[in-house]
Amino acid sequence: MAARLAKSGWGAAAVASRRSPLVSSRRCSGASADTVYDVVVSGGGLVGAAMACALGHNIHFSDKKILLLEAGPKKILEKLPETYSNRVSSISPGSATLLSSFGAWDHICNMRIRAFRRMQVWDACSEALIMFDKDNLDAMGYIVENDVIMHALTKQLEAVSDRVTVLYRSKAVSYTWPYSFSMADSSPWVHITLGDGSTLQTKLLIGADGHNSGVRQAAGIQNVSWNYDQSAVVATLHLSEATENNVAWQRFLPSGPIALLPLSDTFSSLVWSTSHEHAAELVSMDEEKFVDAINSAFWSDVNHSDFIDSAGTILHYAVALLKPTKISARQLPPSVARVDAQSRALFPLGLGHAAEYVRPRVALIGDAAHRVHPLAGQGVNMGFGDISSLVHHLSAAAFNGKDLGSMSHLTGYETDRQRHNTALLVATDLLKRLYSTSVTPLVLLRTWGLQATNAVSPLKEQIMAFASK
Amino acid sequence: MWPGVTLRSAGARLLGATGCRGSRGRSAPAAASAVYSENQISRTSHNKPWIDSACGSMYFRPSRMTSACLKGVRAHRLLWTRLHSASRSSVDREGLKVFLALAHKWWDEQGVYAPLHSMNALRVPFIRDNLLKAVASHQPGIPLSGMKILDVGCGGGLLSEPLGRLGASVLGIDPVEENIKTAQHHRTFDPVLDQRVEYRVCSLEGIVQESAETFDAVVASEVVEHVPDLETFIQCCCQVLKPGGSLFITTINRTQLSYALGIVFAEQIAHIVPKGTHTWEKFVSPEKLESILESNGLSAQTIVGMLYNPFSGRWRWTENTSLNYAAHAVKCKAQEREAPVPSACKGEEAGARAEASASGAVLES
Repeated sequence: MAARLAKSGWGAAAVASRRSPLVSSRRCSGASADTVYDVVVSGGGLVGAAMACALGHNIHFSDKKILLLEAGPKKILEKLPETYSNRVSSISPGSATLLSSFGAWDHICNMRIRAFRRMQVWDACSEALIMFDKDNLDAMGYIVENDVIMHALTKQLEAVSDRVTVLYRSKAVSYTWPYSFSMADSSPWVHITLGDGSTLQTKLLIGADGHNSGVRQAAGIQNVSWNYDQSAVVATLHLSEATENNVAWQRFLPSGPIALLPLSDTFSSLVWSTSHEHAAELVSMDEEKFVDAINSAFWSDVNHSDFIDSAGTILHYAVALLKPTKISARQLPPSVARVDAQSRALFPLGLGHAAEYVRPRVALIGDAAHRVHPLAGQGVNMGFGDISSLVHHLSAAAFNGKDLGSMSHLTGYETDRQRHNTALLVATDLLKRLYSTSVTPLVLLRTWGLQATNAVSPLKEQIMAFASK
Repeated sequence: MWPGVTLRSAGARLLGATGCRGSRGRSAPAAASAVYSENQISRTSHNKPWIDSACGSMYFRPSRMTSACLKGVRAHRLLWTRLHSASRSSVDREGLKVFLALAHKWWDEQGVYAPLHSMNALRVPFIRDNLLKAVASHQPGIPLSGMKILDVGCGGGLLSEPLGRLGASVLGIDPVEENIKTAQHHRTFDPVLDQRVEYRVCSLEGIVQESAETFDAVVASEVVEHVPDLETFIQCCCQVLKPGGSLFITTINRTQLSYALGIVFAEQIAHIVPKGTHTWEKFVSPEKLESILESNGLSAQTIVGMLYNPFSGRWRWTENTSLNYAAHAVKCKAQEREAPVPSACKGEEAGARAEASASGAVLES
């Protein structure tokens, strides 16, 4: 009943008039008819929509009012398109668990998804490689088109439409933060003005509005960021022949990493990070040349030098002596036959990290809090990890009757996630830098480093466990 | 008994001493001019100096309070009986300003009341879980819906609001009008709470008549250490409870440790709190409390210690009840009412005896 009253402006006004004169006059002169939401999520991308979904399906939020603001239109896939979308994400098992927790994973599995069981990462300047392998039949991860994830999330949002309101084609144009407690007379909530002039209030605003986050800027949260001198080229590729295709391949070229991610027996998705000029050239060159460029990027040994090769071989033998069991030899990815017409696109890459993830009544998740190089395939997984953590803290807060915007539990989320995300950001940035060079000492260092890591299984397992969160 | 406002100025002075020393001198006269005399309240009108001395700058994660400060906070949380008329007469334009200043004090999670805010992490689940034990099923999201709870000495509504969010219909009462104004004002911003939480300026005795056997639960958090006549207070709590209803109490034990930290250190050594703010004799040991509960037809279910860490600003449960503790008692159903009451447990004698064995004792019924 409370919720119903809150929704109608008349109800709220009637309540206001029953209050003491001091209060009601204040309220009536101000925004008396504003709807007060418990949580507003700004940005309805993968992370924002998943956040709203997770809250909407959380048992302790069953009496709460949640709003999702999305600038774009509602995206419904009436029918799964024949062609694969060029924007795909690598979904870690941890992210899959989150998506299953509110039923979206089933939709995804019923649409289109490809599991991969192995991952081979190798160097263009040496024989060094690292092979991640799951002994059991569990998947290491899944390659899913972003459109498919989005469709599943939209469906699951519809399932909880009584709790989660979604406003498409609407964008917050301004946020008014509550004053500190010295202004006790003013509303304690965040006031949001939308593009159409309407206003609303929320106890907690979650910024999921991407790396140029408007919420982050409006809250005045500092952001460390820089652009990489790289763009990523994406495309959908046809393989020369049908294969088992359950390996994610990534090779570090001096110009940047190139990755081939399985979509089906005959299709793979390309993510090639390279210099801006080279990326532009790749996108505009004719299809045959493009395919040749991809194949030679994976197959060519032109960057090898004899010195590094022999140094690598020495360590390889040394490891083989110490550990006579199998050391997996380098395998080669399937060759590419052609590229899907119109599937080539490019986008610039950068790194960003917000100094704070939370403020009173504000939390940042996903790219709004951290932007990462795609070389580790962690971008969206970090965002989903944020959601798991934030939902965990908010759910406990709701069950304890707490004010959802209180710093006491928001800082818990910040601590949890900053620890994890900072480590990943630093690691990917270092890897990116380490592999962007062909200077011999560094190549030697990374060759031995990669070989050693590959030889030490516990270390590899640690890395896998961290990356699959 | 100290009038609420005077006590509050004492608390603010305490804040001044720990947070902003500059304000100390200013508030001293106000605090010192209060006079204690039995059953008679003299209040000072110098209740303003602390208003602007306090928070302002404390917004993000400021310094935490010491446990000595906590005693001060507790001191101005609540006042019982006979205060009613005194505080009511104090409402004027000046009082309005006090209320506005107070509002930010009660609801500033990092301010003087921070320990009470963080205590919610313990007492809300304590109340919720014990109430839910008694019911077969509950509605997700609003587990306490359908329950009527009386929050005795609600202050600014710090505990009433969370209970309201959990679905309960809460009546918060407090004899200090400014507290109720703050609570009411804060509630109005939340349309959901507006429906579920109600506040009234009155004493417990004032509503006993009209609300006999009305509530599923009565909560008296950080209250009983200020109650002049605990026996009558518990009696009243019992009267407004439905048979089988729960009484929740959190308070401070009467031990050497609480004397050392709350009285000797805070009042006599550090002079953070003016002498006489706390009356150690009013602190109640769990044993004494339990005997009073039992003699009034309430059976104590749980008594468990709470420990405040002044550095982290968090509370945690502990076996040790020698400082703070929480108690849950259930009102006996009608047929069980005639349980024999050990008469020896009543009165000063028993209190002294209980006290002697108090320190460190954990009492589980």
